[in-house]
Amino acid sequence: MNDTSVLWEETVQGGATWSHVLKRGTALRITDSEGGANAGALFYNFECPVERYNMPDTLKAQHAARLTAGLVLYSDMGRVLCSVTEDTVGWHDPIGGCSNAAMVRAKYGEGRYQDCRNAWHKNALDSFLVELGKWGLGPRDLAPNVNFFSRVTVADDGGMQFEPGNSPPGGAVELRAEMNVLVILNTSQHPLDPNPKYAPKPVQLSLRRVPAPGPSDPCRLSRPENERGFILTERYFL
Amino acid sequence: MSGIRIVESQLAPADAIYSQEIPAGEPWVHEILQGQIFRIVDLRGNQAVDTLFYNAHDYADRYSAQDTIREQRNIYLTTGTRLISTHGTVLLTITADTCGRHDTLGGACANESNMVRYAIDKRHMHACRSSFLKGLIEWGRGMEKRDIASNINFFMNVPVTPEGKLTFEDGISDPGKYVEMRAETDVLAAISNCPQLNNPCNAYDPTPVQVLIWNAAEN
Repeated sequence: MNDTSVLWEETVQGGATWSHVLKRGTALRITDSEGGANAGALFYNFECPVERYNMPDTLKAQHAARLTAGLVLYSDMGRVLCSVTEDTVGWHDPIGGCSNAAMVRAKYGEGRYQDCRNAWHKNALDSFLVELGKWGLGPRDLAPNVNFFSRVTVADDGGMQFEPGNSPPGGAVELRAEMNVLVILNTSQHPLDPNPKYAPKPVQLSLRRVPAPGPSDPCRLSRPENERGFILTERYFL
Repeated sequence: MSGIRIVESQLAPADAIYSQEIPAGEPWVHEILQGQIFRIVDLRGNQAVDTLFYNAHDYADRYSAQDTIREQRNIYLTTGTRLISTHGTVLLTITADTCGRHDTLGGACANESNMVRYAIDKRHMHACRSSFLKGLIEWGRGMEKRDIASNINFFMNVPVTPEGKLTFEDGISDPGKYVEMRAETDVLAAISNCPQLNNPCNAYDPTPVQVLIWNAAEN
């Protein structure tokens, strides 16, 4: 179990969709190879997908409106789906949501497959729904998504601001699976990305086997809530 | 508090076609037709009213917190806020608000999230997502747990700091404050009048709220 060598690597092109069941005891590293990528993500308990990533539970258990190392992604059942074990970026957006067809058409113009071939204009919502469909899941299974590599700040009056340049080339985040987690990724641009051009960036994925989180694991100890979250997750497998 | 705008309604409760008090800890599920005005009254002050909305003709098309806050570029809901669905439908528009700010990031409490947030032996305590499930199961029509999507917490104050911290501030509501919205399409509303006893969101004393519906104004 101490072999932490890379099991495989893969590139997800800009605007593309990818899914996989991350096995408990592995970690997925997502690298923003060019800088300025956005990786929208949905998470489900593969064994019972009605258990899924819950944005409010994740935010309120950790008093956070951003994701970074030391924090975890909670399901709606009080369990930890994934832990953020490494992060060179410092801020990933949990509140901005995903782009849709109308928004992409208004921002970037018409971009049909007929005319553009595989450079056609994709949007995150439709891409999520198609990928969910491949796992037998549908629109009622859509939940709030995370946007890795993007940063949306909130002013005192509640105003939301997209902060460009959040993620440099090579910026990386690592997610350790604490359950068997169906993860759906889409690399469409963030819905608040001010770039007037359709220019989604790729991300690099690598998977490795990692040790189970020990008693002094930083994600476990970062908050008393997370200690309880890990206990509930470990009980699920007993 | 800066940026709080109070807008009163001209509608008289005596003219409402529907009025119902919802005790704390109970669900309420009801259709609101296009053009009708829906009001929630915080009868005793600082009561969390957890609320889900669906397109009444397609329950897969439901209220989305992320879409709603992003489209108005602001995390707080108040007069003028369009409540937007996952498919981009405007479900309702807030037309009056004497509280001035409502939360949609804090979610709804559950037995399981209470175990994480407070203590593992809190599992037995009543929680919103159990009320939602009961209300949706009784409503039937195939509704089930996966239909418990992101919700609004009317009368709750959950600010986010510029550093990305989520905070829970004292409520800014008072007895008799209300929020009112116009249905832009036929919608199904599901409320859990929050039973939470572990944090001060209800001042440790969950209390009843009132819902009223007026028919569309005649031109």
